[in-house]
Parts: sequence; structure tokens; C-alpha cells
Amino acid sequence: MDWTPISLTLKLASITTVVLLIISIPLGKWLAFTSSRIKPFMETLVSMPLVLPPTVLGFYLLLAFSPDSQLGQILEQWFGLRLAFSFPGLVIASVIYSLPFMVHPIQSGLTSLSPSLLDASKVMGKSYLTTLFRVELPNIKPSLLTGIVLSFAHTLGEFGVVLMIGGSIPDRTRVASIAIYDEVEALNYGAAHQYSLILLTLAFLVLLLVYLVNGGYLKRFWQ
Amino acid sequence: MINIQISKLLDGPNGTMQLQIDQRIEHGHLVTLYGKSGAGKTSLLRVLAGLMTPESGLIQVHDEVWFDSKKGINEKPGNRSIGMVFQSFALFPNMTVRENLIYGLKHGSNKGLVDELIEVIELNGLSDRKPATLSGGQQQRVALARALVARPKILLLDEPLSALDQVMRIKLQDYILEIHRRFELTTFLVSHDVGEILKLSDLVIHLEDGQVLSTQTPGDFFSHRHLSGKFQFIGEIIELVAEDVIFVVTVLIGNQLVKIIVDGNTASDLAIGDRVLVASKAFNPVIKKI
Repeated sequence: MDWTPISLTLKLASITTVVLLIISIPLGKWLAFTSSRIKPFMETLVSMPLVLPPTVLGFYLLLAFSPDSQLGQILEQWFGLRLAFSFPGLVIASVIYSLPFMVHPIQSGLTSLSPSLLDASKVMGKSYLTTLFRVELPNIKPSLLTGIVLSFAHTLGEFGVVLMIGGSIPDRTRVASIAIYDEVEALNYGAAHQYSLILLTLAFLVLLLVYLVNGGYLKRFWQ
Repeated sequence: MINIQISKLLDGPNGTMQLQIDQRIEHGHLVTLYGKSGAGKTSLLRVLAGLMTPESGLIQVHDEVWFDSKKGINEKPGNRSIGMVFQSFALFPNMTVRENLIYGLKHGSNKGLVDELIEVIELNGLSDRKPATLSGGQQQRVALARALVARPKILLLDEPLSALDQVMRIKLQDYILEIHRRFELTTFLVSHDVGEILKLSDLVIHLEDGQVLSTQTPGDFFSHRHLSGKFQFIGEIIELVAEDVIFVVTVLIGNQLVKIIVDGNTASDLAIGDRVLVASKAFNPVIKKI
């Protein structure tokens, strides 16, 4: 069996999750506390991938990234980047596609923290960043874990966006979900079974981990 | 001397209101802010702490100006030498008792004070526990100690004992007094509890709709001077029953129910839930050890 689709899938999911975590903490924090008028629009944009068919997102990204488009030309001339049908393109598409899965738990976690915790930290003269890293984030660990795992699992299962923006180039953009589709089309059911089973197991384990940790079962087991 | 002259527009329960304070408080006093909810008590504490910015005015503590709208001075909360205890305690759930206190230390200050404070609040055995595993009274003591680690000049207590039962309240009142004296603080306390106010405070500022109605000693404030009763208690009307030509009023004083007979005229003025002063004149009380 060719393992590259699996390793490519894991690589894509890991990088996407890390990028999402970095983006979503400030974004979630802003959404949780802002009273800006553009907040509803930002919330809508973040949530769009939940309802939009992945092919729609993939189609527009493909147009935007294509070397014929303005953005595509700028990226290619200035940074030497060609995003359509490339791994970096997949990462950007996945980040956009899984954004709500990371932002929503972080936002709701931060919103549910008692405002007096932040006030207490402020009265003690702590900076915005100290308060964020020492008080806010450590107290929303379950939300962070949920965000990380859901984004990871969601990226594992991505198909439409990946197909549109990445196609099926072996070793570069042919992730497991695409490989399954190709194998089925080639009536190669055995290989499709293998990839499917691996994805199924991964998704199950990853989700089980969240419920075990957030439900406190692991802690009880260790004690 | 602490000089507070501020004006701030607030969203109160009955629309917007103006919080207007012009008070000078002596150093070392324990001042109670008294008034109905929504009167502006917590807002005043937040203005002092720098968590809320007034539209105009001046806050001067000794020779330091914390806020001056004319000169554009508005010190950050961290620069104000303030310790604050919140109604909900606001202990950081991710930190142990000791870590909560250490977090409150200023940069580079000695950790010795943390040990001293843990001793004062008698929590030695619990310093490695997380707040969630402590009782309400213990959490309150941690909050009190944490407010003091930065050695503030002013301590702000926002209904610190309202979530505790009567026995615990009385014990914690002693802690507050002890800490107030030991660390030579000027303390602002928000409280509704008459017993607590009489026991703790030097001065009562009565607020209503953002305005100061009176500034008095607690003795003057709660004893309505036109009554020269030998016995007087403040309670809440629980029941009002008409019986023939008289009315029987049941009043809750502390945790005791007292029945008092009044005439129709007096009763027409009273309603269930009213806070009343019950006084008795011309009796010679007998005291007997039990």
C-alpha cells in the first residue's frame, strides 16, 4: 500500500491546526470582547464554511490562486508562490475551511470566563498578553482542546475543497480522501478499504480523546 | 487624605444616571458604601480602581494624582496601589492558593509577604490547593490575601461577604478588621449588612441614584436620632396580617422572627419586604447569663 496519501493527510492536518491555533486565538479574543459594528459580519464570514458547499469555496480559491488572476500573478511574481494545485494552496484552503471549528470553541470559552478574572488581573497591573497567556488561555483548556481536535479531524475528512484546489497530484496534493475516491473509480476496492479504515480509526480515536479528556475520565483513571 | 471628585454617566436600572461624588476621606478609615443595588457603589469602586474612566474630575491619594481630567492624567489600574476583592472572589482557577498570591506580586518583589499573608489568613495547610477545592470562606480569605500582596494603600471590597453564611461572615469581618489595621489601609467596603457596617466602618457614605445622600458615622446613620429607644434593631417585614382593628407585623431581625402590633394608620404605611427600625422605649431590659 502507498502510505504517502496518509502521511500527506496527517501533515496537512497538523500544519493546518497549528496555523489555525495561531490565527484563532487573537480572532476569537476579538470576537469575544469587541462591541464593534462589524462583528456580525466577521462572525458570518468565519461561519460561512459551515454552510457553504466545499466546492464553492474551492472554486473561488482556485480562481483567486490561478496564475491568470491578479492575486495569483502578485503571489508568483513577488513571492514565487504558485498556490493552485500545490501543498501550500491546500494549507490555505484548509485553514479557511476549518476556521469556524477553531474560532467558535475559543470564542465561547473566552466569553464564558468571568469578567472579574480579567479585572483582577488588570488591577494587579498585568499586561494584556500576560493576562491572556497566564489567566485566560489556561482556563479555557477544554475549549482549546476541542478546537484543536475538531480542526484536525475536520481537515482529515476534507474532500471537496482539496479536490478543487489541489487536484490529485501524487506526493503533493493527493491526500487520503482523494486517494479513496481515485481507488474506487479505478475499481480498486481493496486499497480504498485500507485508506478508509485508517481514516475511520483516526477520526474515532481523535474524537474519543476529546471526550475522555474533557469529561475528566483520564484524570479519574490516573488518580 | 484621599480626594475624590468625579462625575460619570452610568447606565442604571432606571435609564442613565449621573454618578457624582465629592468626598474627602482620611487615611486609615474604613468607609462603607451603602445604598440600593444600582445606586453606583460598585461603579465608584471601579472608578477608583481605574477599571472605569469618569468623564471629569480628580482622584488624588495622598500626594499622588491618579486621575485628573483637566491635566489628562489617568493612571492604569496597575499603577494605582489598589487591592480589590470582587464579589465573586475572582480567584484564578488554574492556579493554586500560593500561585494566586504570587501572581499578584509586583515584579521583583519579595515572596516573603506571600508566606506572611498565608499565615495571617490561616491557610498554611491549603496553600497548594486549587480554589475550586476550597470552601466559600476559605476562597474569600485567599481573595483578601491576594489583594494585599502588592502592598496597596487602598483596599476595595465589593460585597465581599455576601455569598457567605452568618457564622462565616462574622469570622471574616474579624479578618478584614485585622488586615485593615495591620497593613494601615484605607478601605472602601460595599455592604448591605447593618451589623457588618456598625462593626467595621468608621464612615458610611449613603448613595442613591449616583448621588451622595449623606456621609455619617455608622452610629449616627443607623440610629434615627429622634427616637431615644433603649433597644433598637433593624429588620425586614415578612408578614402583615389584619386582626380586627389592629395589625400584626412579623419582622425578621437577624434570624429571629418578632411579632409587633401596630394600628391601622401605621400599617397602611408598611409593606412586606420593607426594612424597618424596631425600637422599644421605657422598658428596663433584664440581662441574664445563659
